[in-house]
Amino acid sequence: MIFVTVGVQLPFDRLIRTIDVWAGTRTRSDIVAQVGASAYRPTHIQAKAQFSPDEFRAHVDEAKLVVAHAGMGSIITALEIGKPIIVLPRLAALNEHRNDHQLATARYMEEQNLVQVARSEEHLVQLLDDWQETSPSVRITEYADTELVARVSAFIAEKAEGGRGRRRSPFMRLFRN
Amino acid sequence: MERPVKLLAIGSGGGHWTQLLRLRRAFDRCEVVYVSTLGQSTGPDGARTYSVPDANRWDKIGVMRMAWSVLRVLHKERPNVIVTTGAAPGYMAIRLGRWMGAKTIWIDSLANVDELSMAGRMAGPHADLWLTQWKHLAKPGGPDFAGSVI
Repeated sequence: MIFVTVGVQLPFDRLIRTIDVWAGTRTRSDIVAQVGASAYRPTHIQAKAQFSPDEFRAHVDEAKLVVAHAGMGSIITALEIGKPIIVLPRLAALNEHRNDHQLATARYMEEQNLVQVARSEEHLVQLLDDWQETSPSVRITEYADTELVARVSAFIAEKAEGGRGRRRSPFMRLFRN
Repeated sequence: MERPVKLLAIGSGGGHWTQLLRLRRAFDRCEVVYVSTLGQSTGPDGARTYSVPDANRWDKIGVMRMAWSVLRVLHKERPNVIVTTGAAPGYMAIRLGRWMGAKTIWIDSLANVDELSMAGRMAGPHADLWLTQWKHLAKPGGPDFAGSVI
């Protein structure tokens, strides 16, 4: 099964349409998609606007491949479960997002060999055709890196030492900064 | 210390929430309460979880409704520490929580790689600990860089 997700907040017809057409021409009937606010109605894939967090994880768990927009929720969930993921970043020029941050995060994740990035619809089709169940995948732990955990833990511990929080007035903040 | 620190972890559904959960090892010795926009009532490890409406800044009524929901949770739970990965409800929790005496942590989402999020720019100066997950976005005066959730 291939699980496709575009998040829930914004439509992403370009991705859904590309997958739908691909599923039709390759006669695949094992594709499930969370299409969010997309307007395009696919005919070759099982689409639902939104799955609950548990259903979502269950679908990723069952999938052999995840295809997604380059949203952090989709990417991290796939990596935690250890599924290969192909992303098609949303583009601001096509009104798919406010800015091109998905291009930047996708590039970063690709440099770390965590995801495959489709540069265009045609490239996505090519990646889908080339993908094989034996292709390697990466699994990351469920936790943030130790430096970040340590920094946040230390801050919380310091708070515990300091007792109950005191209200600091905006006036005093002027002196602190 | 006789009582554990009460920590309120708040993040909008989707990427913010996924990133927030990856920090939970840092909450090990705390009593943790979660707040999301996903509508669920239990969080990881069966933790008590509240749901608040999400809102963007163009939707004034929505923002007021969200602020009211966040305020009610804060009033009920009285956390000592608030940690958030964004977005709008996290910003609101930092502003209201700090005013109520909590220590606050803003961790800007990994998705904000070219510049800080708007909510991050607004919340950061009010947070006691202000972090970005991108080294190149760290600045003197904040935010700091201390690694990422990946």
